[in-house]
Parts: sequence; structure tokens; C-alpha cells
Amino acid sequence: MKARVHITLKPGVHDPQSKAIASALKGLGFGGFDDVRQGKYIEIDLADSDRASAERIVKEMCAKFLANPVIENYRVDIDAT
Amino acid sequence: MKAAVIVFPGSNCDRDIAVALGQSIGSAPTMIWHRDTELPPADLIVVPGGFSYGDYLRAGAMAAHSPIMREVVARARAGTAVLAICNGFQVATECGLLPGVLLRNSNLKFVCRDVHLRVENPFTPFTQQYDDGEVVTFPVAHHDGNYFADAETHRSLLDNDQIAFRYCDRRGGLDTSANPNGSLDNIAGIFNANKNVLGLMPHPERASDPALGGNDGRPMFESLVASLS
Repeated sequence: MKARVHITLKPGVHDPQSKAIASALKGLGFGGFDDVRQGKYIEIDLADSDRASAERIVKEMCAKFLANPVIENYRVDIDAT
Repeated sequence: MKAAVIVFPGSNCDRDIAVALGQSIGSAPTMIWHRDTELPPADLIVVPGGFSYGDYLRAGAMAAHSPIMREVVARARAGTAVLAICNGFQVATECGLLPGVLLRNSNLKFVCRDVHLRVENPFTPFTQQYDDGEVVTFPVAHHDGNYFADAETHRSLLDNDQIAFRYCDRRGGLDTSANPNGSLDNIAGIFNANKNVLGLMPHPERASDPALGGNDGRPMFESLVASLS
């Protein structure tokens, strides 16, 4: 069982990296987008076969360590394959 | 006065602070390796600058969860003075000793130069030998020094006189051009509510010897010796 964790900055937190990425994309001639937000992606291979308990544990990992709740949101997806 | 300096893999200002503090105290601080779980009795604990654990995950995040930091947090909550400089400031916010967070510098560049700071609260064990509003010069050297806190936290910092230093121009003016990293309200350093923990991005230990270009950090160490001995 695999957990896929997406960590992104909360809306309203100034993110100069995303601004730089957006400006570089525009410089390359890409358009048709308003905003860019960058973040982190973490995969965790889990021994647990129970989906609900796996999700609970990974959310606890996020709250305690993987994300900083002052500035970051996280989303946990559990993949059974 | 007894001082202890915590050393993580990647700390690189531990010896600088040991020399600077040692000169004011008159004896060398005890160096504590991060794997140690026992902290000797100390009146002051320093979490030094550097790049602990390579800044993996987030600057300060790995060190914040190391066994020795549990002991540091317990001592701080019991009232022991803690000085957290640069990476130490990042560690202190990550482990909840200080509010807010240090984000990537707003210009995305590593900033390494002298900055002017205004002393915002000289009524603490760390700052009592400075004057209110005095302008001092310390070096900064960081990539993630952009202090951020939500509006409610910022309000409580103001209400409780928890702002220690602000980035300013040479006359003490607070315009944005004097702000090297985009920090909220030009904040360079803050205290906890009890004023026994100070976190700051600039390096007082690198401004404690005229041979190194300045001595403005020295009153901080003299303040600590005077108030903790």
C-alpha cells in the first residue's frame, strides 16, 4: 500500500518560488494560466494493509513532521496497488 | 554562568559562538553533540547557526525532532535561557519554542552581508546592555530568513513586546530597502512570551571582535553574563 502526500503552501503565504516559475513560463511563451503554486510530493510505502489506519498514520506524520502547519496544507492519497 | 552549545551535523557557527561567549563568560561553553540525550546543568543553551541535516525537508525541521531538542524544549519551558541564531532560529520555530516560520528569502537569493538592526526591546536578559532604539550592525548569512507569521500571531508579538530586533537603515528607519529578505514588519529576531528564548537570523557572534569588523554583538553576551550569573 502506498501513500502519496502532497504538501503545498497555504493560500496567502507569499511564495517567491512560484512567482519565479510563473514568470519563467511566461518568458518561454506559455500562457493561459493565472497562477502557479509549487510544493512537495512524498511517497511512502506502507506495510499496513488497512486503508483507514494507513491514512490516519500518514496524516499524523504530516501534522507532526512532514508539513509545517503554520504555512503548509497537506493532502494524503492512499493507493492500494 | 554555565553555557551549553548544541552541535548538529551541519552546524557551522558552533565554534564561533563558543569563542564569543567564552570571552564574555571567562570559560568555554560545553559542546553537546545532537545524539546526546543528557544535557548538563546550564544557565544558557545556544542553538547555533549552520545547515543542520543539510536543511532537508525544511530548514530546521530535522534538528527540531532530534532527541536533544526535546531536552532543550523542556529546559526552555522551565525557564532556562535559550539563544537561537540563524539556523537555530529556524529550529526554534519548527519545534514550537517560537511562533511563526522562516520562509525562503523573497528575492530567492542567499544573502550574506552586514545589516543594520534596531533594538526593539532592551528590557530582557539578552538585550539589557543595549539602548532602546539603538542601531547595531550584525552580519546575516542565510537563504531562509524571511520571517512570516499570521496576523493574529503578529499582533500578539507586538502586544507582548516580543520583537527583539528589526532590520533598519543606518539611522534606524524601517523602510523596505533595509529589509534583506522580505521579513514581515522588518522582523529580524523575536522573543518567546516569557523573554527567556531569543531567536534571530543575524549573527551577534560574528560581530564580537573588532578584528572581524565589529563589536556590536558583544553587549548581548555581556547582558547574558550580567543577568544569568
